[in-house]
Order: sequence, then structure tokens, then C-alpha cells
Amino acid sequence: MTETTITEKKKEKPIKWREMAFEERPVLAAGHRLCAGCAAPLVVKFTMMATEDPSICVSSTGCLEVSTTIYPYTAWQTPWVHCAFENAAAVASGIEAGLKALMRKNKIPKRKTNVIAFSGDGGTYDIGIQALSGALERGHNILYIVYDNGAYENTGIQRSGATPYGAATTTSPGGKVIPGKPEFPKDIVKIAAAHDVQYVATVNVAYPKDFVKKVRKALAADDASFIHAFAPCPLGWRADSSMSIRIADLAVKTCMYPLYEVDCGEFKLTKMIKKENKLPVEEFLKTQGRFRHLFKPTRRDDVISDMQKWVDWKWQQLLRLCGVKEE
Amino acid sequence: MGEIVGMTGDESIAYAVKLCDPDVIAAYPITPQTIMVERLADFVYDGELDSEFIPVESEHSAMSCCYGSSIAGARVFTASASQGIALMFEILFIVSNARLPVVMGVANRALSAPINIHAGLEDQLVCRDTGWISIFCHDCQSAYDTTIMAFKIAEDKEVSLPLMYGIDAFIISHALEGVETLEKREVGDFLPPRDPLYVLDPDDPISVGSLALQDSYYELKYAQEQVMINSMKTIKKVQEEFGELTGRYYNVINTYYAEDAEVILVTQGAITGTARTVVDRYRSQGKKLGLAQVHVYRPFPEKELRDALKGAKVAATIDRSITFGAPGPILYSDVKVTTSNGGPIIQGFIAGLGGRDVRIEDIAKVADRAFETAKTGEEPTKISWIGVRGVEF
Repeated sequence: MTETTITEKKKEKPIKWREMAFEERPVLAAGHRLCAGCAAPLVVKFTMMATEDPSICVSSTGCLEVSTTIYPYTAWQTPWVHCAFENAAAVASGIEAGLKALMRKNKIPKRKTNVIAFSGDGGTYDIGIQALSGALERGHNILYIVYDNGAYENTGIQRSGATPYGAATTTSPGGKVIPGKPEFPKDIVKIAAAHDVQYVATVNVAYPKDFVKKVRKALAADDASFIHAFAPCPLGWRADSSMSIRIADLAVKTCMYPLYEVDCGEFKLTKMIKKENKLPVEEFLKTQGRFRHLFKPTRRDDVISDMQKWVDWKWQQLLRLCGVKEE
Repeated sequence: MGEIVGMTGDESIAYAVKLCDPDVIAAYPITPQTIMVERLADFVYDGELDSEFIPVESEHSAMSCCYGSSIAGARVFTASASQGIALMFEILFIVSNARLPVVMGVANRALSAPINIHAGLEDQLVCRDTGWISIFCHDCQSAYDTTIMAFKIAEDKEVSLPLMYGIDAFIISHALEGVETLEKREVGDFLPPRDPLYVLDPDDPISVGSLALQDSYYELKYAQEQVMINSMKTIKKVQEEFGELTGRYYNVINTYYAEDAEVILVTQGAITGTARTVVDRYRSQGKKLGLAQVHVYRPFPEKELRDALKGAKVAATIDRSITFGAPGPILYSDVKVTTSNGGPIIQGFIAGLGGRDVRIEDIAKVADRAFETAKTGEEPTKISWIGVRGVEF
């Protein structure tokens, strides 16, 4: 529990993109095998651009891991560790505790080192939630970032706890009777926030400035912090790879994936979408083949309207939490 | 040389771990390992031990934290048993492949189901394929001593492998025995600080845990096996050095009256102590009974076991474990394969599952049965279960 929020404590430094782009920052080298249009490497890139101290990265099993570290090659220009699917938070906890003990006992030089875990939605919402909850509860000084592409894309687009309602995946197909995933996704951000850690936020690859600011705040926390990164997957979403940033932008403008932070318990909307600018969810759905069955051969107004109602309900809930009144 | 202190098996491990000054302890409670981590928590919370104590939310995370801390360069300890080991099973393989000298104390407990908290060695025996060095102790003193040797063996740069060592649930974990202790200074001189094989240096970054496919996995596994085989040299060297320090000499196979024995009992864990008593009785009656305790189980001391058994007519293995549908239980199978090119007849026995008492009379029955086999020279065709109600022995 702290009296000062991270936003108050951390003086905001201006984001100078040109300088940041040309500075030698340890990020991902070119030549990794992630797909064109995949947002995962952007999530890594924006995160690492925001760092001011050296970082050790951890990945759970998933696209990012298999595509960046095919032995004997690696794309990682900073120390990187992978263990298994469900335990990125626990591995990061261990690294943090190890460094802390070694520095305290003067066995290694004292140096602020970020420990950042990257995991997909499957490794976070589903199989990794226990390890994540444990790490958040124990308050290790780590940053955990979920790149949410809404399915187990690496194993062939199976549904996860993050998959949107109505989306077709290989285990929730757009069937003749059941039109895609029948369940709404779980609210991992609020689950993380319920651990009362100092900083929790959502980011989006279409909003890099907001992204970098939030990572800086998360790394300034003296606690575990959690960031949800919305991350389009052209392959799994049956979308054009040139459309990823456009789709990411629509996710915010339809209020399906709003941008906000929970800073020491205070909810704050970081991108207000005014009533008159709020786009219908249909605009988001139309861009992706995983929702095609909702439009062809017959239009499923029932499903689309259920989704709209759910999005409106979640949005209103969030506005209340953020103390925002719509005019 | 330190004083003799009364301790349970769990406590002897905790006190020995304290002397080894670990940087990180990550553990989850499970009966009957709990006292190990409770004592360590006491030491940390009372400021007697400078370690990060991570009270994880599961054994899976315990081993995952150990993985992370060990990669960071820390000396790491954890402890578990039974279901806990089953839960962390996945990560055990990953820790050994990364060449991380994580040390784990095990209170060997029968696996569920049915749930049972008492002795069984199968929790550790089923880890035989995980790439961990595996040792079974037979009393509180050996648990204490093995703890100190464990860090030195595991962290030796030629080895750099994880190591698990077990004590039978309750029979050792909760039994109070006199343990001859060591001074902190003595352990400090014996055990050098950890000098990791590799470190996570932001100025010289490496990737740990890469994807290795058909073109490299095979060679990597071959290399890992060579390290495991070669670790035997270090294990023996450390046992020798420990003997010089304390006068307590351990061997990978601890023998007792084996040299001229006609029948040798092959044991692991707490049963060893009872078997020694049986050997004493038989020797006093002039019967040539001996004992070979498989103390180090992985890497398996093939040569040493063959040497120990070479003069005997029958070797009777006593397994406190079960592997279903196999040609025989785990220890039996390893002993049988080791002696397949000549050596004594191997006669297999199962005893004491779920913590059932294995009494002197039970082991005497095993010895008698083995002496009968020695007389007839006929190889038995089945594994005998000692003392199963309703089943003829």
C-alpha cells in the first residue's frame, strides 16, 4: 500500500521517438521468424524502448519463444530465459529473488536490473494464472506482460480464456449450431488488479506513446506489475498482415479493449472514447476472418448484438471505476 | 569437530542447509517435508540465515523459481515429497538440461492414490530419467552429511547438475537421532562459493532455454548424458574429501560384510539400517549374509555394484516402490541389468509400500529365501511381496 501513485512519483520524461529509435537499445534482432504483421515483436520492442536500466527477459512457451530462439540462433540482444509454458511468472520471481540475494550479499555488483516476463494469453489467462497470481501476491519486483492475441496461436489457433465471444478458433469453430466461442473472455486485468499490486495497465501496439509511458511507470513500481498488451495475430485472426495496427486501433475505438491503468488502486482511463466517437463492435469484427461466420452466409445479428451489449456493459463498468461521466 | 545434537531427519537437513548458506530457498509445504522448510523459514525470519525465502504457491512454481534463481547465479535449495515431486516433474527435466545445480531434499513418501503420507521411495525413483543426480540416505547423520556434499557435487563446474537426495518419510524424516554436527567454518572451507557455469550479464547477453529441433536436440542429449556419467568421478572425490574432514566416509555403494557373502541384500533408504541388524544376527550364526546399499542411485554405480556383488551366489533386492506391469520394481531392474553379463542370481522383493513396517523378521525371511535360492541355484521367476495380507510369501 502506498500513498503516492506511480504517476505522481515518477516524473514523466518526454518520449523522443527519433532518439529512441536510433539509440542502441537491446531489443530483438532482425531475422526472427515471427509472422509479418504479428504484434508480439512490437510488444517487445516498445517495452524495451521504454527501459532505462538493463533488463533480463523471460518468455513462456509460445510463438514469441519458438520464433526468436531456434538453436543455435537467438534474436534476443538482452539476457533471455525460457523454461516452460505455465511458469514465466515463477521463473521471473526466481531470477528477481536470486539477483536480490546476490546483490545484498555482495556476490555480484549492485545494479538496478529489470526482470520482464512476456507471455501469451494461453500462458497467462489459463495455464499460467496460478504462477502469475503467486508472483503478484508475493510482490516480486518484476513486470509481467501478456501479449494477448486471443488464442493458442502457436499450437494452431485453439481457443483460450482470452478468446473473444463469437470468435472462430480450431476448438471453437464457427459451427452450424454453435457460432464460435460461446463464452466471453475473462477479465485478466481486473484479476491482476485485485492483487492490489502498485501498477496494472492495458496497452495497445497502435498507441506506442501510451505504451512506453505505461511500461516506464510499471518499471518504476517497487512491486510486481502487470500489463495487458493487445496484440493482433494476422494468421490466427484470418486478417491481412498489413491491417494489424488498424485492427488494434479499432479495438480501442470500439471500446472492446479500452486503454486504462490501475495506479495504486486508482482506476484511470488513459484514452477516453466519447460517445459520439465510439464505433460499433461490428467495425472491429468485419476486419477479421475469425468473425466471418457472423456475417456469411447469414448475418448473425443475435451474436453481434450480444457482443455489443457486453462491450457496452464492460465500458460503462470501467467508466464508473474511473469516475468518468459520459455527457 | 562439532558436538552431537539430537535432530530429526528433516531438522538435520535444515541445519545442514543453513551451514551451506543458500541464497534462495523456494519451497511449498508437503508432509513430511514441512519441518525442513519451517526450520529454514525460522532461520531466515530470525536473521540467522541470509537467504531469499520464496513461499511459492505450488511445487511447480518452487522448481520454476529455483530454475530462475539458479540461472541468476544463486545457490538454491528446495525440498519436497510425493505429490509435490509429481507436480514439479515437468520442470525437473528443464533444470537438468540447463545444467543448474539446484539441490532438493526429499522426504520419500508414497504416491497417491490412495493418499498416504508414509514411506515409499517411488517419488524419487520415478525421477530416474530427469537428468538429476539422485541419492538415498539411510539415517539422520547421512541426511546431514549428504546435504553438505550435495552442494559441492552439484556446483562443481565439471558437474553443474541438479541433485536430489531422499530420506524415508517419518521413518527418518521424523525420527530423532544423534547427529554429529559441523562448524560453519568447517563447511565454509569445504564448500567453495558457487562459481556458475554461465551468468545473465546484460553486457554479454545469452539466451537460455532455446528451441532445439531435429538438427541439434540429439547431440545435446548425448552431451548431457556424458556430463551425468562423468559426475561419478566428482561424487567419489567429494565423498573422499568429506571423509577426510569428518572421518565419515561414504561410498556410492555402501557395503557391509559383502566381501565373502554368499547372499547379499541390496537396499536403499531406511531399510538399510534394519538390514544391517539382520546381517549382524546371521553373521553371529555363521551365515554368510552381506549388504550392498545403493546410496548413489543416479548416475547408477554399475561397476561398483558389480564389484560388490561379484562373489555372491544370490543378490536379494528390496524395493520400497512399485512400477506396474514392469519385469520388476525399479531397483531390481537396474541391478538386474547391471549384472546381466554375469554375477549372482538376482531375486526381487517388494516391501513396506505406504510406510508399512519392514521388520527384522521380514528381512530375515528375505535372507532365508535367498539362501534357499543359493542352494538350488534356480532363478526365481517372480517378484515376491513381503507381508501382503492374504497373499502367500
